[in-house]
Amino acid sequence: MQDKVVVKDLYKIFGPEPDRALELLDQGLSKEEIFEQTRTTVGVQKADFSIREGEVFVVMGLSGSGKSTLVRMLNRLIEPTRGQVIVDGVDITQMSKQELITMRRRSMSMVFQSFALMPHKSVGENAAFGLEVSGMPKAERRERALQALDTVGLAVNADSYPDELSGGMKQRVGLARALATDAPILLMDEAFSALDPLIRTEMQDELVRLQTTQAHTIVFISHDLDEAIRIGDRIAIMEGGAIVQIGTPEDIVTNPANDYVRSFFYGVDVSKVFSAGDIASDRAITVFERTGVNVRAALAQLHDRGHSLGIVIDSDRHYRGMVSVNSLADAGRDSEHPHWEDAFLKQIQPASADTELSEVLSQVTSNEFPVPIVDTEGRYRGIVDKTVLLQTLDKTT
Amino acid sequence: MTNDITDFEIPIGDWVAAGVDWIQTNLTGILDGISEVLALVIDSFEGLLQGIPPLILALFIVLLATWRVGWKFGLFAIAAMVLLFGMDIWTQTISTLGLVIASSLVALIIGIPIGITMARHDAFEAITRPILDFMQTMPPFVYLIPAAIFFGLGKVPGSIATLIFAMPPAVRLTNLGIRQVSAEHIEAGKAFGCTSSQLLFKVQLPLAMPSIMAGINQTIMLALSMVVIASMIGAGGLGNTVLTGIQRLDVGLGFEGGLGVVLLAILLDRITQSFGIAQRAGGPPSLITRIRRFFQRTPDSPGKG
Repeated sequence: MQDKVVVKDLYKIFGPEPDRALELLDQGLSKEEIFEQTRTTVGVQKADFSIREGEVFVVMGLSGSGKSTLVRMLNRLIEPTRGQVIVDGVDITQMSKQELITMRRRSMSMVFQSFALMPHKSVGENAAFGLEVSGMPKAERRERALQALDTVGLAVNADSYPDELSGGMKQRVGLARALATDAPILLMDEAFSALDPLIRTEMQDELVRLQTTQAHTIVFISHDLDEAIRIGDRIAIMEGGAIVQIGTPEDIVTNPANDYVRSFFYGVDVSKVFSAGDIASDRAITVFERTGVNVRAALAQLHDRGHSLGIVIDSDRHYRGMVSVNSLADAGRDSEHPHWEDAFLKQIQPASADTELSEVLSQVTSNEFPVPIVDTEGRYRGIVDKTVLLQTLDKTT
Repeated sequence: MTNDITDFEIPIGDWVAAGVDWIQTNLTGILDGISEVLALVIDSFEGLLQGIPPLILALFIVLLATWRVGWKFGLFAIAAMVLLFGMDIWTQTISTLGLVIASSLVALIIGIPIGITMARHDAFEAITRPILDFMQTMPPFVYLIPAAIFFGLGKVPGSIATLIFAMPPAVRLTNLGIRQVSAEHIEAGKAFGCTSSQLLFKVQLPLAMPSIMAGINQTIMLALSMVVIASMIGAGGLGNTVLTGIQRLDVGLGFEGGLGVVLLAILLDRITQSFGIAQRAGGPPSLITRIRRFFQRTPDSPGKG
């Protein structure tokens, strides 16, 4: 994937002495020390990252961590103090006023926490706002606005007014307004935080669905880890104006950079963060390649290792079946030259590696055997048993 | 040694008088220009109002009151019209109304742009604010003197004193309304690529409208009160009736004039206020909306009115 937005060494200093604050920052002073010396607040410091085309990039942090400031520097609603923001190869911090307006009209749109709809305009006119501002004729922009409203399921409300809509519907209008301009980049500032939990989840699903049909590059601000995990391809975690960690949700949950990052996971539903493939292991199991060993030899090996289960794969590592000490012994008793197939445990169904852990959970707990995990090609990845599952779920409590 | 240190003089009065003299001798052209434009505005409004047959104008006011405020207020308007005709002060009332509308209009044409400029430039606000305080706290009678000196007696100086006195609320509330537009709305405007004039006309002014309308209402009410005072320099109208009552110690006449002012004030206040309630929040729908709804026969259109 290509980089859509590249942020290089970006700083925002609020207050009377930005230059001095930058100097002190370069000397390695902390945000608090700088505030004491200069009465100047460091909003964002040394932000360095890139956002790939078509991904949902979530910026997370507590309030005051600089996440809103950071996202507002991407379209220069807030002027960066130092550094570059490169959108499609062009540094927007160097743009003239006119170029900036054109960039905002064409390349970036924004969704706000409290919706920021215009109360004097109808839903349709609100959705067409970006197009109206860029001078599109009325009939054309209405058509585009209706299309966008249709995408979010509100086309029938086009002639209502914002004060007649519920919060969730208002934010759909906010989203439609952002979609109508066809800008490839969407900035979403705590877009769903003002909605009640049920509607919030619904909107998150809607966004994920939207991404599958028309992929935008989305920068999403959130303070809610569940939300970040649900919608984010990658997550950046901010603390005190600095980005402390960037990675996929799995990365961040498994290898939190510090205690601040770890503190986000208290109470997070890990079974939704991890997929089955993430925790699959070869723990307490023997893997047999079917051509390399026969049924009787396998039984002997299991005895030697003290394992009760084995996985049978072929030379391409494709999963064939699972055997137990008992099934192997039974097969050996029934026939002089037992086939592997006779020893396979019948009730075992492998699960795909990208299955959410929450779905594997019931399979593992309701069954005395672990669940073998295979990738999309059918190759064996490992097993998930009760012990591994419990250890994973225990990680965050 | 005997002199007290507080015994000194700053001849502000002399300076002001000198300034007024200077203006009178050097700026006659400008003064005449202002005078002519104002006279034209006032005459056209008064002419228009006086030109309409009283009964039709009264009917129009009653209908306007009913439409904008409600049928109860419509009944009040009928009673008010009957009283005005009955006290035989219709002509004076209409003359006052014309003067109020003309002065307010000019006050708004000057005041609203000043308010907008204040909202957009902090430095300009810092300069303008004390001037507005000065204009509002200065006793209204004081405006009559220079107005009379520069423009003589009559409706023009009366309306000038009026518009200066009535302008501050329009300026203040326009400024305040624009400044109170939420940061997110401004950000939304900018994020979608508004130029600064688009931001003003498509976001700030529409969202500031309730506040601006409140300012307009205040300006009109202040104009009404000043127009009565301005009758002292010959502005005429209801103020003249009151003034005559005072001069003749005629309590009855004074009361009739006063009652006329009160009735006019209530009518103007309620009707202009009804425009201030945000048109999209529980206020009466606009006439165009009503007509559109009537033809569309929308089933959910409210049947109030």
